[in-house]
Amino acid sequence: MSDFTSNFWSFYVGGITFVSILACALLLWFSGKAKAMTATDNTTGHVWDGDLREMNNPLPRWWVWLFVITIVFALGYLAMYPGAGSFKGELGWSSIGQYDKEVATGNKELEPLYAKFDGMTTEQLAADPKAMAIGERLFMNNCAQCHGSDARGSKGFPNLTDKDWLGGSTPDIIKNTILKGRTGNMPPMAAAVGGAEDVSAVANYVLSLSNGPHDPVKASLGKTKFVVCAACHGPDGKGNPTVGAPNLTDDIWLHGWGEAAIVAMINNGKVNPMPPQGDKLTTSQVNVLTAYVWGLSNKPGAPAK
Amino acid sequence: MAPDSADASASAGDGDGELVSLYQAQKKIYPRSVSGLFSKWRWGFVFLTQIIFYGLPWLEWGQRQAVLFDLGVRRFYIFGLVLYPQDFIYLTGILVISALSLFLFTAVAGRQWCGYACPQTVYTEIFLWIERKIEGDRSARMRLDAAPMSLEKFLRKASKQAAWIALALWTGFTFVGYFTPIRELTGLFANWVMGPWETFWIFFYAFATYGNAGFMREQVCKYMCPYARFQSAMFDKDTLIVSYDASRGEPRGPRSKKADPTVLGLGACVDCTLCVQVCPTGIDIRKGLQYECISCAACIDVCDTVMDKVGYPRGLIRYSTQHAMTEKWSRSEVIRHMIRPRVLVYLAILTTVVAAMMVSLSMRIPFKVDVVRDRGTLARIVSGGKIENVYRLQLMNASESPQRYRISATGLPGLVIASDNEFAVEATQARWVVVNLQLPYDGAAAGSHTIHFDIESLDSPGKLSEKSIFIVPR
Repeated sequence: MSDFTSNFWSFYVGGITFVSILACALLLWFSGKAKAMTATDNTTGHVWDGDLREMNNPLPRWWVWLFVITIVFALGYLAMYPGAGSFKGELGWSSIGQYDKEVATGNKELEPLYAKFDGMTTEQLAADPKAMAIGERLFMNNCAQCHGSDARGSKGFPNLTDKDWLGGSTPDIIKNTILKGRTGNMPPMAAAVGGAEDVSAVANYVLSLSNGPHDPVKASLGKTKFVVCAACHGPDGKGNPTVGAPNLTDDIWLHGWGEAAIVAMINNGKVNPMPPQGDKLTTSQVNVLTAYVWGLSNKPGAPAK
Repeated sequence: MAPDSADASASAGDGDGELVSLYQAQKKIYPRSVSGLFSKWRWGFVFLTQIIFYGLPWLEWGQRQAVLFDLGVRRFYIFGLVLYPQDFIYLTGILVISALSLFLFTAVAGRQWCGYACPQTVYTEIFLWIERKIEGDRSARMRLDAAPMSLEKFLRKASKQAAWIALALWTGFTFVGYFTPIRELTGLFANWVMGPWETFWIFFYAFATYGNAGFMREQVCKYMCPYARFQSAMFDKDTLIVSYDASRGEPRGPRSKKADPTVLGLGACVDCTLCVQVCPTGIDIRKGLQYECISCAACIDVCDTVMDKVGYPRGLIRYSTQHAMTEKWSRSEVIRHMIRPRVLVYLAILTTVVAAMMVSLSMRIPFKVDVVRDRGTLARIVSGGKIENVYRLQLMNASESPQRYRISATGLPGLVIASDNEFAVEATQARWVVVNLQLPYDGAAAGSHTIHFDIESLDSPGKLSEKSIFIVPR
């Protein structure tokens, strides 16, 4: 634990804690010994404003034991749990430790629930309504924040319900993406392509691949410059899943459509990471989630509705 | 404002005070057993409340426990009713009704709750009954406590403790039986495999019952109960309180049964001190109204028996009002004064709240819907140039049969649901579903628009409307 430059604050906090407890104990001790003057009419003899008198209504003696219990509890607590400065306590309790323990307990409770899914293939899981109901919940809790509740994504976040897969569509690849994440990396290519006019020409050529609105003259000029892009996107622009290069011939535009968006992409490039989810989910959960995501574009039967 | 000691000693009268500790030692109270009209009422309430408390968890309703508060899955079953945490408002309603009832009863007749129905009184009464059966009545108990330890004393004390602990454990077990199905809990308890919380609450509740009813008793009422301290705010001079008729009773004194008290110059009080001996809080009601008085009327019962014995009319101590005592009102006048603005206001508010709660419960639709807009995507344009917003709806089925719900959306011209709009939800379950709404391009101005989801149950009558927002991007 970081205690700034020295352990002064640890002693400071611990010191105040123990001095306070000691002061409480002393106060109890002295008030137990103390005697007060009481008039025979059961007032304390104090009079305010001429006739306002204070009755003597003492606390019951057992009440003192409640204070004693708090002192004993405080000392016991400080011995067992962190509290006295940076002393970690005999039990070694920490909030992170408790969290890990509760997660482990929770996962153990879930084990029998997933047991029957463990031996099933992705295709079988995708056809199982129970597994898909669980998959839907896993997706809602872990994926929907970016990919949307309906998995159809938005700008920068791929649509998972279509047949267009940046990294490949097999269950193994989807599972690997969930476990380890995936980073789409388009380097800035303006220098390799040439000047601003060349970049514009390449953008028009790219638009022509999917029959988008483009300038045919610029497009034919751009075709020759596309060679530098072909290294990843392929000579025909159909992409390459092994490096995550998208197909440019379909009409799916993850990062924006039109000449301006494509020019910006060629000039600036883009690093678009999906964070790994492997440490948040158990293996069984990843299997079910894989089947759910795979099933979104491979409707094997009626999904759980 | 500082206390003036010279003044104080002068106004304190006698002047000679004594040095006392800041704390008061607890004097053990040995309430004498009592029988009579009010004692019968109290025992009536003891039986009524405890038959309900101990019996209710054993009642079955269809395939489940009739009254069960399942904290684990957050469903609260009360006979035919299935409540969600979202129905918490009903608990608020019950608490408001309880508080107002307390105000009303207190304004009319003082601390009726304390004297007859409060668990502290009820369990103290039961524990005292056990104590009396094993150790004897007041004088026998006092003798036993004063006597040196002997085999008999040990056996009596031990068997009393055993009976108390058994009853306390049963009470704790019953309490937990409202939260864990009690028939299941019986098996768990018998095999000693309860969960940590069940174990804790059984023993904690048992310990609280044992401690409060066996040892703390009047100390709870005197030092711990806030109600004892704020009751004066609800009392007035027309509130029925346990009153000693000083004008009739004084001067008190013992006398021969044959002697005429008027000749001796004595009042009706024979100074037998039975009213002090039966008092569970150890006060002398002849000193007038005191905050310790829980209005249990044990002193009324015992004084009436004494009055019967000596041949005087009953009611030297009786439920009466301060006004009635000073103005010498008759019984009918006392009853007439019950109807006064304070009582009518409490009654009006109470009736309104009860009626509102009944109406709300009878009109309750057995499902609920929460609408949550997707936060990641405000809006998107899909094929055909349509504007699409994504929503998640939580459909909560608060009935005990599977239900199908149909969703429709209104609020903008051309607004359609582009996904499934019929969903089945299992009994007492909640389910999140995704709903996509689409609007034709130029269907509405850029910005956010209020829309409504109408949700209709297909298997039982009921329709809900939930507000949300549809965003058209700029």
